[in-house]
Amino acid sequence: MGNLRSVQKAFEKVGSNAVISNDMSVIQNASKIVLPGVGSFRDGMKHLKELNLIALLNEEVLEKKKPFLGICLGMQLVASKSYENGITEGLDWIDSEVVKFDFKALEKQFKVPHVGWNNAKYKKENILFRDITDSSDFYFVHSYYFKTQEDVISSITDYGFDFVSSVNKDNIYAFQFHPEKSQGVGLKIIENFVNLENIC
Amino acid sequence: MLKHRIIPCVLLKDWQLVKSIGFDSFRTIGHPTSTARIYNARNVDELIVLDIDASVDGEEINYEIITDIADECFMPLTIGGGIKSIDDIYAVLNAGADKVALNSIILEDITFIKKASSIFGVQCIVCSIDVKKIDGEYKVFNKNRGILDLDPVALALSYQEYGAGEILLTSVDKEGSTTGYDIGLISLFKNRLEIPIILNGGMGKPEDAVSAIQNGADAIAAAYIFHFSQYTPNDIKQKLKENHLSVRINV
Repeated sequence: MGNLRSVQKAFEKVGSNAVISNDMSVIQNASKIVLPGVGSFRDGMKHLKELNLIALLNEEVLEKKKPFLGICLGMQLVASKSYENGITEGLDWIDSEVVKFDFKALEKQFKVPHVGWNNAKYKKENILFRDITDSSDFYFVHSYYFKTQEDVISSITDYGFDFVSSVNKDNIYAFQFHPEKSQGVGLKIIENFVNLENIC
Repeated sequence: MLKHRIIPCVLLKDWQLVKSIGFDSFRTIGHPTSTARIYNARNVDELIVLDIDASVDGEEINYEIITDIADECFMPLTIGGGIKSIDDIYAVLNAGADKVALNSIILEDITFIKKASSIFGVQCIVCSIDVKKIDGEYKVFNKNRGILDLDPVALALSYQEYGAGEILLTSVDKEGSTTGYDIGLISLFKNRLEIPIILNGGMGKPEDAVSAIQNGADAIAAAYIFHFSQYTPNDIKQKLKENHLSVRINV
């Protein structure tokens, strides 16, 4: 599922600590939950299902309102469904779908995956962007993007068109880019997440 | 807007980071962890480290050093050299790499790309192609097998087909020369691939980066210029910016 160590290292760098676990009791006892991940949507959901974590995550995040940080695939998994390798249902925490970049209709060609540093333009306040200048560059690497009508979009990013690069709904914070790989501004997001008051 | 990446690409040899010239002679850059720390402090866009002991001598990949380097990197880190199996990729990623660069293994077995990208995602798989110009024609080169009768563009297209996420294209003739990137080579790739190309080998001055990108490179890799000249990655970015090419200017 990708590089968990990078994410853990980023938490250590800001003076916190994160435990890598798929154990239900560890997740129940955690004060906050991070879902990172690269790789395919289908595999991601399959693993969550096999580990019996879906009902648990629903309870911890939707009912107990534990702060949740989704990164890259971890953002996409909160969607209702994805069209990656056929249709797969997601956690459905935000009414949305995940679709592939398709530039065939455009005159100018853009490469897929979208790899590299791109800027996130703020759409509405997201407490995790606190002390970060609007339109800062973050590191992206993905071929699919998150589409939603809900009023949850906290930033957009231009890659041929403006796609959703972060969302925030209640205690759910999710980023298409990798804060753990975005040097100072990325570590600031992790730090802001660590410093969120735990409301449960 | 997506920015063009400027990526230091260094080699790991005998527990040191080195820079090669034409894949042949080596100059020491410094200790891996302190070099990685400096790159991180200078906000370089990304870092590529190729373990040449593991790739040429068939030795084990040096996971210890990779872990040490990764611990200093809060930017993307690509590790290559000597990767021969899916287990090797797991181990390199567990050591803290974000992507792997594959070269010899995929020349032997192209289906390895599909296997690896279906497990780790295409974004993780950088396919590396080394090229030499022979009698006016560009041919694929492999450190262990020499010149191969393969067309670099056709090979890159096959790699893309099998699930490569990016292509790292190195001109062996230009490598370490500081005479500029191989513009003839990158021009052949312009508008041919759907995946990004990182062009490597030959940067001697910031203007070289401008022509590489104008002629089809999405990102550029270099080493010599950062260690043995007065130029920093930021100087190169300023030059790109002057030429209206998008870059991440560090805050």
